[in-house]
Amino acid sequence: MASLREIKNRIDSTSNTKQITKAMEMVSTSKMNKAQQNTRSFLPYSKKIKEVVAHIAGGSQNHTHPMLMHREVKKTGYLIITSDRGLAGAYNGHILRKLTQIINERHTTADEYAVIALGQIGYEYCRKRNIPVIKSVLGLQDQPSYKDTQELVTETVDMYANEEIDELNVIYNHYVSAISQEVTVDQLLPIEHIEEAETTTSGLYEYEPSEEALLDKLLPQYAESLIYGALLDGKASEHAARMTAMRTATDNANELIDDLTLSYNRARQAEITQEITEIIGGVAALE
Amino acid sequence: MKTLHVEIVTPDGPILTEDYEMVSVTATSGELGILPNHIPLVAPLAISVVRLKNGNDTKHVAVTGGFVEMSHNELTILATAAETEEDIDVRRAQRAKERAEKRLQSQQDTVDFHRAELALKRALNRLDIS
Repeated sequence: MASLREIKNRIDSTSNTKQITKAMEMVSTSKMNKAQQNTRSFLPYSKKIKEVVAHIAGGSQNHTHPMLMHREVKKTGYLIITSDRGLAGAYNGHILRKLTQIINERHTTADEYAVIALGQIGYEYCRKRNIPVIKSVLGLQDQPSYKDTQELVTETVDMYANEEIDELNVIYNHYVSAISQEVTVDQLLPIEHIEEAETTTSGLYEYEPSEEALLDKLLPQYAESLIYGALLDGKASEHAARMTAMRTATDNANELIDDLTLSYNRARQAEITQEITEIIGGVAALE
Repeated sequence: MKTLHVEIVTPDGPILTEDYEMVSVTATSGELGILPNHIPLVAPLAISVVRLKNGNDTKHVAVTGGFVEMSHNELTILATAAETEEDIDVRRAQRAKERAEKRLQSQQDTVDFHRAELALKRALNRLDIS
């Protein structure tokens, strides 16, 4: 059995770790709440823009706008939303595994796809495996405002418009609840499946100046809002995943400390018993 | 007086929801005055100032593009960013303006030029109403 001091040291170091994981859990909890709030305040915007796009694209006869049209896919873009730091459980692992799986299934040569990496971990992963990265954004804040992401979002949409990529998919963790996140792959461009939201408008809109000019402005803005939405969702999931991972770590530390305390007490008791036996032995020898 | 319900929404949350008697916006094709019960309308906006009128009071909101949608006497402005007079950080806008001006003078590259131009427009637009 380990000596008393060894056990004591292990208890101390475990409780130090526990303090850290506990603090990280609390930080992540508050960040997650904030991220959820961001998602909520984004909701009215995304809902409205979707409604308008659905109405116009649905009502229009000619879907000739490049963002609505399928063209021959020469290069597929994958936007992966990962975190900058680790300690988030399986958060990044799930996404990267999905990415590798999709690439293996759909592509044979590296010319057919390119990755837009968000987050240090995704970037490093692709670089190590020679997956082509056309753009990367590192060190994004925990609570990104629309302005912070504008550059990424606009450039990504531009890449599609300039035919650098012919299809854009996003891979991110969808936030289901604090303990459950789901890897989701969505095709963002060309725009598909615009569900006809129950249109509140009766009759047709008057377009000013023209329908084409409107779509030219509206569709990029819509695509941008989709990317931003996925990003907010991903961030909320990241904090949730980290919170869960840290809670598990804290629980494990508690369990370990309990076990160690038990062996510590046993060792101490054994030592005392041995001392008593020695004393009694000594007294017996004297008599 | 009849009023129309106005909502200004950005990705970072709603900026304003109130009733007004008249709204005047600058669309890419020119200025539009919208009165209550206007027919359904969608129009893209320029980087401009939206004026909301109630009697003699006028409220100004700086918007960076986006578009306006009108239906059922409800006017929705969807912009990537919007600020009311009180919310504008004058110092920041001033700095942004100087930065954009400097870049405009030095840059020859067309993409950056275009960007700097837009940035300058946004900054001037904000400074305009504050």
